[in-house]
Amino acid sequence: MQAEGGRTVMSADDVRRAITRIGHEIVERNHGTEGVVLVGLQRGGVWIAQQLAEAIARSESIDTVPVGTLDVSFYRDDVGLRPIVPGSVTSLPGTLDGTHVVLVDDVLFTGRTVRAALDAINDHGRPRSVQLAVIVDRGHRELPIRPDYVGKNLPTSRTEDVTVTADGVVLA
Amino acid sequence: MKHLLDIGDLDAAAILRLLDLTDHMVEINQRPMPKVPALRGKTVVNLFFEDSTRTRTSFDTAARRLSADVMNFAVSSSSVNKGESLRDTIETITAMGVDAFVVRHGSSGAPQMITRWTQAAVVNAGDGWHQHPTQALLDCYTIRTALGRTTGFDGLRIAIVGDIKHSRVARSDVQAFTALGAHVTLVAPPTLLPPSIDGWPVDVSHHLDDVVADVDVLYLLRMQRERMRDALVPSLREYTALYGLTPQRAARLQSHAIVMHPGPMNRGVEIAVDPSELPGSVVLHQVTNGVAVRMAVLFELLGSGSDLATDPKGMQ
Repeated sequence: MQAEGGRTVMSADDVRRAITRIGHEIVERNHGTEGVVLVGLQRGGVWIAQQLAEAIARSESIDTVPVGTLDVSFYRDDVGLRPIVPGSVTSLPGTLDGTHVVLVDDVLFTGRTVRAALDAINDHGRPRSVQLAVIVDRGHRELPIRPDYVGKNLPTSRTEDVTVTADGVVLA
Repeated sequence: MKHLLDIGDLDAAAILRLLDLTDHMVEINQRPMPKVPALRGKTVVNLFFEDSTRTRTSFDTAARRLSADVMNFAVSSSSVNKGESLRDTIETITAMGVDAFVVRHGSSGAPQMITRWTQAAVVNAGDGWHQHPTQALLDCYTIRTALGRTTGFDGLRIAIVGDIKHSRVARSDVQAFTALGAHVTLVAPPTLLPPSIDGWPVDVSHHLDDVVADVDVLYLLRMQRERMRDALVPSLREYTALYGLTPQRAARLQSHAIVMHPGPMNRGVEIAVDPSELPGSVVLHQVTNGVAVRMAVLFELLGSGSDLATDPKGMQ
């Protein structure tokens, strides 16, 4: 994925600070961590959800925030139209009934993955709310979906690749 | 992968990939509402020319849990009985617009023939003495989960006991188990072994007592009563005495060893122990896993887009 000679648009420190800030925003918006469940989307959102949970636990001086992972392969609207390779198996911390689910992903692009995630979440219970946190919003939405928490708004062309890791964000 | 006709068409990596996909299906099946929309709008036809309740039900359940539409084609009440040829049957159903045929047929090679007459994907659900690839996959998945063998079966010792000669399950399992690195021993009287096992990467024993204490997996095949009629074994009692899992033999199994059977079981013949007194029995896990494995196969053939050009950008 990591393209040769790409342009670094966020450093490792920038990514770390964005995660810390988003953690604060999640706590502020939900008036604490009561009922909050962080759900990382396979594959790129999983490590971010984990780091978000650690950041929130540190700043709130609590042990843990519930974290899950979600694979949306079987909910996509392009099944059969393109190769679909599932990530790890979906693993959620119990029912989502009554929780505040924060979907976490690395990049928000067309919005189709998030749409699939909303359908998938629906099959695991009825949360009180579903929110969306991403490190990079690169635009080009094809559906009426917007993020609640954004690390960086990054203007891109459709043909560019955005790679998010703990080492930074590269545009190529 | 366009069709699943023969387990020998899959290498170890392809088998393991399908087993990984099966993990996802198991998660779906454990939900309160075990259904996903993955194959919405696809139509799967179950075309069974031989009786089979469990395999047909398993495929039927698998397709529905992926939200596919299912046509169950009952051969007994169809035009096949009016003399319609297999080709005409396939072409007629294809003309209705279907995406996959799941075929069980008494003649070896029938599913292969069918691929010539339709654009739909074809899954072999058992053809003659030849192949039963989804059984092999569900058996591999059951062994993998029961014994924690995620990456392969290297060093695993598996004995397959009974009527090897007439068994498509044995043929398919030998290929899959050995592809994953297991050491397979066939245990049967000479009359129930194929005329030639040259080229089969297996050992042969005529004495279950010699192998029972050494195996990690004891796989018992169904002893069919018509084999008595053909005088391939003297009597069921003698078969049980020499090749059945008796309480004495069960006591000699290693504590971690598992006992498998493709069903339906002949209680008191190949398995002469009450399964409830057999801690290693995974027979019902095989049935449960069968649904998940068939979901994985149907998704791989109809939904994964794996026969399309690989999209280097992946999912974003």
